Amino acid sequence: MSDYVKIAVYGAVAVFAAIAASYARDMAFQVHAVIVMLVGAGLLLMTLRGLGRVKPAHDDGYMDDVVRAGVIATCFWGVVGFSAGTFIASQLAFPSLNFEWAQGYANFGRLRPLHTSAVIFAFGGNALIATSFYVVQRTSAARLWGGNTAWFVFWGYQLFIVLAASGYLLGATQSKEYAEPEWYVDAWLTVVWMAYLAVFLGTIVRRKEPHIYVANWFYLSFIVTVAMLHLVNNLSVPVSIFGSKSVQVFAGVQDAMTQWWYGHNAVGFFLTAGFLGMMYYFVPKQAERPVYSYKLSIIHFWALIFLYIWAGPHHLHYTALPDWAGTLGMVFSIMLWMPSWGGMINGLMTLSGAWDKLRTDPIIRMMVVSVGFYGMSTFEGPVMAIRSVNSLSHYTDWTIGHVHSGALGWNGMITFGALYFLAPRLWNKERLYSLTLVSWHFWLATIGIVLYAASMWVSGIMEGLMWREVDAQGFLVNSFADTVAAKFPMYVVRALGGGLYVTGGLIMCYNIWKTATSAPAKSPASVAAPAE
Amino acid sequence: MAILDKHKVLEKNASLLLVFSFLVVTIGGLVEIAPLFYLENTIEEVEGVRPYSPMELAGRDIYVREGCYVCHSQMVRPMRDEVERYGHYSLAAESMYDHPFQWGSKRTGPDLARLGGRYSDDWHVQHLRNPQSVVPESVMPKYAFLERRMIDGEYIEDKMRTHRLVGVPYTDEMLENARADFEAQIDPYSDGADALLERYPGAQLRNFDGQEGISELDALISYLQMLGTLVDFSTFEPVANR
Repeated sequence: MSDYVKIAVYGAVAVFAAIAASYARDMAFQVHAVIVMLVGAGLLLMTLRGLGRVKPAHDDGYMDDVVRAGVIATCFWGVVGFSAGTFIASQLAFPSLNFEWAQGYANFGRLRPLHTSAVIFAFGGNALIATSFYVVQRTSAARLWGGNTAWFVFWGYQLFIVLAASGYLLGATQSKEYAEPEWYVDAWLTVVWMAYLAVFLGTIVRRKEPHIYVANWFYLSFIVTVAMLHLVNNLSVPVSIFGSKSVQVFAGVQDAMTQWWYGHNAVGFFLTAGFLGMMYYFVPKQAERPVYSYKLSIIHFWALIFLYIWAGPHHLHYTALPDWAGTLGMVFSIMLWMPSWGGMINGLMTLSGAWDKLRTDPIIRMMVVSVGFYGMSTFEGPVMAIRSVNSLSHYTDWTIGHVHSGALGWNGMITFGALYFLAPRLWNKERLYSLTLVSWHFWLATIGIVLYAASMWVSGIMEGLMWREVDAQGFLVNSFADTVAAKFPMYVVRALGGGLYVTGGLIMCYNIWKTATSAPAKSPASVAAPAE
Repeated sequence: MAILDKHKVLEKNASLLLVFSFLVVTIGGLVEIAPLFYLENTIEEVEGVRPYSPMELAGRDIYVREGCYVCHSQMVRPMRDEVERYGHYSLAAESMYDHPFQWGSKRTGPDLARLGGRYSDDWHVQHLRNPQSVVPESVMPKYAFLERRMIDGEYIEDKMRTHRLVGVPYTDEMLENARADFEAQIDPYSDGADALLERYPGAQLRNFDGQEGISELDALISYLQMLGTLVDFSTFEPVANR
């Protein structure tokens, strides 16, 4: 695209955004229009200043600057998301933290989507985009396809995060869990995601290896499936093109089913398939051992993606959803246990012959614990999907504990491992700044998770039992308020666990920062990276 | 296993891998979602369910905006304790006009599916201003700002029109009178009150927050006070095969 076309496009975006801002029907839309206007104007200025300047010659090596940016973004959003979580956990223990002066913006109900989106999409999403760009180049022996499209994906995704997060605070939400952003933010994400698919697939197509490496199967199916889920679950009609409010196309029972088909597969594909892609590259690399079983990878891959998509209705047991759908969801959830553990075994057994590294290498330790938590939460999940267990666990803190043992344990730890693997390589350093700090991070995070999961098990099972307790005459024993009061100590422990986890995250940021700035540089002899 | 050797074909062709993995992930969703649109027993046939009145709809949007669904479910399950605590279990018909649904997934606070008529307006005003003043154990945030934010229903007709577009049976008459109905709902002695009740049977007509003008609190309470009150359960017959 020539610079003049770019200038015209950026100018048009800025002007239309300014018009939208002046006709805006609500504050969220207005603020968003102003943000878009500023972005358009900023890009316009940048392009104008660069006019006539000679562009640097095309680089044929791997495109790693966008991966470096992704690593920084992952660290940043990680700390933001963990802190938001710790704060809202504290709000539940101490409701006065819903500050009077911030009532219309920072009450629990508005901050909770901010926390979930920040950790899943901002932290997890940036980790997935950055690592997939790194992995696909190494395993295909090819530079990223599409030139600066990869940068568009990176910055476009950050804009999506900012629009989504500010929208929640200002009251723009469509109230579908993990799909809260409103219609225009959804539309923007669709554009960015299609560009992501193009870059990723384009790079695979250009590969110099005959086979597509197993990590890339997982990344690819994650990108494609998330696109499908996102489009279907966000079908809505805007009330006005100058307002953030939209109306969902589906209603009631159909909408609920669609939402949890999406919701459970946000877990299944965003937080599982994509992160398994990470596991299949970084665990073998860090352990310096090949993947345990190629055949197991094939079976595990196809079984996992086929079965996961069915599991959604287990979120709707005993509701107004017809029983047949719930039964399907339950049966497939239990079957899903097998491919999940297939993946866990493939990851863990990759360490065959390298188990001694657990003693010396805290990064391997992180990865192993991560796969361990993956195995644990993919066992707990099918158990909770059984109708009779679900009748107790549903609506309680048990679900929250389950999600966090997966998210903090599996997604968090494997991401930390990958970031520690990447940092010295991306900044061309001999080694990480400090392995002792990695150990500190490991223990803080692990203890944090244990506190979190244990307190939520106790609190969830306790409240489930208290709700259903009846006396000899058949009357309910506990008022709802009694159960809330009983959970207070567990809420404090949970917030404490979150605090430890954030502290670990901060230590990681410091360590990676110091690695990039002051660890000894790598000796120049090995700069030319061989295709791997 | 010979079949695994054939996997080479997929492993060497990016487009094939893309198409195959996409086909595999579509199946589950198709089987579970599509039948819900045409199986006749998905939504029970009961009397009483109607579209939301303009003010209730505005209140529902405030409920959505503040993320109430994050802590409150609107789905009573058919278990002894829940029916005892909250009332009749929820029917699919009760949320058939809910775009989007508000069943929720977590009960940090109690279920609200049958909240309507259970507490007085004054209780709701007091509770939303300062939940701990009426329920000391509560961990709910304060929502005192709602009574200070006045609303005028300027775009309510557009909103109802969009709901009609996705299948909510708002009549032309309802759309034409949207603004008038919006204003009439806080004034039971106004000229429009009877017409409003005729269009939206069972709607609650009161000045909910006791203050002059229509505040967001009025709209929210008008919604909370009608939750779960519409269905005439004498017309409901449970079906075993559902």
